[in-house]
Amino acid sequence: MALKQVYAPPEALFKVRSHYCPGCGHGVAHTLVAEAIDHFGLRGRAVGVAPAGCSVLLYKYFDTDTIESAHGRALAVATGLKRANPDLFVYSYQGDGDLASIGLCETMHACNRGERVTAVFINNAVYGMTGGQMAPTTLLGQRTTTSPAGRRREHEGPPLKMAEILATLDGVDYCERVALFDAKHVARARKAIFRAFESQIEGRGVGFVEVLSACVTNLKMKPVDAQRWVKDEMCSAFPLGVFKDARASKEGGSDAV
Amino acid sequence: MTAKTQEKVLTQGNVAAAEGAIQAGLKCYFGYPITPQNQIPEYMSWRLPEVGGTFLQAESELASINMVLGAAATGVRAMTSSSGPGISLMQEGISFLAGMQLPAVIVDVMRCGPGLGGIKPTQGDYYQATRGGGHGDYRTLVLAPGNTQEMFDLTFHAFDLADKYRNPVIVFADAILGQTKEPVRLEPLHPPTQVDKPWAMTGANDRPSRNIRSMYLEGDDQEQLNYTLRDKYERATRDEQRHEVRWAEDADVVVVAFGTPARIALDAIREARAEGRRVGLFRPISLYPFPVDALGALSDRCKKMLVVEMNLGQMVDDVRAAVRHDVTVAFHGRPGGGVPTPDEILAKLKEL
Repeated sequence: MALKQVYAPPEALFKVRSHYCPGCGHGVAHTLVAEAIDHFGLRGRAVGVAPAGCSVLLYKYFDTDTIESAHGRALAVATGLKRANPDLFVYSYQGDGDLASIGLCETMHACNRGERVTAVFINNAVYGMTGGQMAPTTLLGQRTTTSPAGRRREHEGPPLKMAEILATLDGVDYCERVALFDAKHVARARKAIFRAFESQIEGRGVGFVEVLSACVTNLKMKPVDAQRWVKDEMCSAFPLGVFKDARASKEGGSDAV
Repeated sequence: MTAKTQEKVLTQGNVAAAEGAIQAGLKCYFGYPITPQNQIPEYMSWRLPEVGGTFLQAESELASINMVLGAAATGVRAMTSSSGPGISLMQEGISFLAGMQLPAVIVDVMRCGPGLGGIKPTQGDYYQATRGGGHGDYRTLVLAPGNTQEMFDLTFHAFDLADKYRNPVIVFADAILGQTKEPVRLEPLHPPTQVDKPWAMTGANDRPSRNIRSMYLEGDDQEQLNYTLRDKYERATRDEQRHEVRWAEDADVVVVAFGTPARIALDAIREARAEGRRVGLFRPISLYPFPVDALGALSDRCKKMLVVEMNLGQMVDDVRAAVRHDVTVAFHGRPGGGVPTPDEILAKLKEL
């Protein structure tokens, strides 16, 4: 019986060993972004903007042009790239400390301007690369190396809900929160990232996808337990779903009323 | 030179700098309002779209410089301008530009400090501009205009330098230079230099993918990057020193000043000459690389130097490092918006 190929690694990823920890979500998220680059035929005009954090090493994996950015400034760098050359396809890839803490100002304003860029946001509720400190998205009660007694609402405030916040901005065309804890949700995440790519391809504005992902090492959990934690704990603090789809609401006839 | 290029237009320093950038082929300007440089973004907001470029007011100076970084990475000419606290915020991005070896131009029209400071003329940011300013072992190339024409000429030149060295270049002015209107030739004496940018983010369509970064974790790659930068700065020190001298041939005493104080010093020097004193002027135009060769040679011939700055003494360190002999280097400075007068300088010359 002849073998039929049903899957191949995306062309936009180098065939290299990963430096990410076993169980980390970056590998899956990288693959989904690379599949979108392949699907839309963008490898030849794509530029990836890497953050400070574990995925600063984006260039080791993505076979597209890639550029580093200062901590939090990815969407400002992305703005510069896209404004200078609108023919480029510009995708940014940032963690929670990068996008939601130090870079919140750049994030909000790039989204408000409706930059024609695609923003992938990996929310794993900790600072991964620096060793598990409290992030802007750390859950209430979650212990980290800088919130050893657990995050307290009255002391650090509650976690920032970026998808909800950014969905309020007119410049954002598509905004969804997804998770990677099982195959069904990975498939949903893939679809969201593809849709966020279309926001840029169609010149509609920012396509934003928040990806709930497990930082196995800093959660100090086994990979399976970490996935369960994302499903049970993170998903109740950060509800999954589409927070904005400007194209669908337009097509759905809200303007026709 | 054609007749047209000799035509002069009454132009403010900030506008002259902005038009110099336009003539250099500027494609992207990103900036944030701060006095005393607001005429630059205001001019760019209508002028740059006229020539097919992009003007965008950013949400902060942090965003401005990082937008400049992104635009520069595509290979186009990009710039920003700011002052005092804004330039301090930009140091993060300037350090990244240097580490990633990206060309960019920053026009710095100084305001007083420390802190918010006032908006009077000052030169208090000499150290910040000439020592790198941000974190890491790097330098920015620094050009100091002395009049409105040079605001145009040196901003134009800054883009060629930035491309040549793949390094940020600062055009370094005080508020008097930024605000003064003078007749200016608003056309360059030569076309901008075009260079290949085989590192630019243009999409890996028909070539291997590229990466631009400043972080190197493996082996001694980071150390090697710093040696690469050092080699560039040594080349610039060899090839890019600029200065102007006046009445230096017979001078016993040489006034060393850049920017507006150099112009003020000319009045004092004329008076001193009228009294029979042999006084000259040395005006550094490149502050980094500092014109050590010419100043060193001059120190072979004169007895004393008087450094005049609008600060408490910053460039004077570079002058002391450049003189070769036992030349007395005196200093007169006014900080925090104080402007040295010709009488003050003359009195100081008489004291020497």
